[in-house]
Amino acid sequence: MRFRVEPGLYAAGSPTQESPVLVSANYKMSFDRLRSQLGGLDAWILVLDTKGVNVWCAAGKGTFGTEEIAKRVDVVGLGEVVSHRRLVVPQLGAPGVSAHEVARRSGFSVVFGPVRAEDIPAFVSAGMKATPQMRRVQFPFRERVVLIPLELVTGAKHALFLAACFLVLAGLGPGIYSLHRAGTEGVQSAALLLAAFAVGAVLTPVLLPWLPGRAFSAKGAWLGLILVLSLSAFAWAHPGTFENPASTGAWLLLIPAVVSYVAMNFTGASTYTSLSGVRREMRVAVPVQAACAVIGTGLWLAGRFF
Amino acid sequence: MTRLRYLPNVVTLILDSEKCTGCGVCTEVCPHGVLVIESQKARIADRDACMECGACALNCITEAISVRSGVGCATAVLNGMLRGSEPTCDCSADATCCE
Repeated sequence: MRFRVEPGLYAAGSPTQESPVLVSANYKMSFDRLRSQLGGLDAWILVLDTKGVNVWCAAGKGTFGTEEIAKRVDVVGLGEVVSHRRLVVPQLGAPGVSAHEVARRSGFSVVFGPVRAEDIPAFVSAGMKATPQMRRVQFPFRERVVLIPLELVTGAKHALFLAACFLVLAGLGPGIYSLHRAGTEGVQSAALLLAAFAVGAVLTPVLLPWLPGRAFSAKGAWLGLILVLSLSAFAWAHPGTFENPASTGAWLLLIPAVVSYVAMNFTGASTYTSLSGVRREMRVAVPVQAACAVIGTGLWLAGRFF
Repeated sequence: MTRLRYLPNVVTLILDSEKCTGCGVCTEVCPHGVLVIESQKARIADRDACMECGACALNCITEAISVRSGVGCATAVLNGMLRGSEPTCDCSADATCCE
């Protein structure tokens, strides 16, 4: 599927040669969001070729950048369309856009607009001035929960593969391969892994500010421990749920490792993690997760034979 | 709401006050209010809020700010390790991540 807009110059309302020029990405959602938030403002929209990626991510890669702005201004002949020499660039484009370089190369000065498109009318009517609030990026509940479907879809492939491996391997044991064991313990194992994945993908975004620790892997490990405790409580109330001591021990390691890993990968979707910070947390978290996964899987496999 | 904070004392942001002219562009582009202007100079007011996006450094005309910029994404770091390259967000045009 492609969600792209053709790069170029678009009119919103009935812009004149004095109307502001708003720069946007050619990701359809960015463009549509911008248009829908203008509230009757007449403006030009200069759509850059960001390969269908949103402003912030494209700015990080440099596709929403100085070079592309200078080129696009030239290609559409913006100097002929408007009488002023000013571009409103969304603030989140700034990691890719050097305002003074754009001015040098295109003759257009850059004004950084607000983070959110909804603030543009207020920004323009205030004489292109943003309040400090308009310049801040938050990560509120609403913005976190809309990411859940994406987290589930992007992780599902790996989670299902892992679950399928455990399902098949569960048939191993003394004697010949047992379809019965695969159908009982295998299904249970696959379900536990998928549950761990789902807990990480859904509850990390939902509970992010309230989970202990700052490292996402730590937040995930706590979630995993809560899941383990819940399962233990369930097993205690329903004796016989986990008959095999070795594989029970395995889950104590495997579940927190999986949830921690899934939560750690939510750093990329968040709006406040730095690369240095992510590297630091991974230096600790990845070896611990790997050790838990290896020992846990070893125990689980050993459990096939007892 | 509870303010979200990431790991402390880790970011690579450096400000050279000698070179700073106090123009204030860095305070405009920063999405986390890391920099403030005081007595006609920029000052790092909230270093740990920095996400190393690099917007301030790129927009500093006197090159008073430096930061090793990148995307704080574990998946990208893992991708980079697997390919033996710098962290790479695998957000090709058709991928759903980052959109």
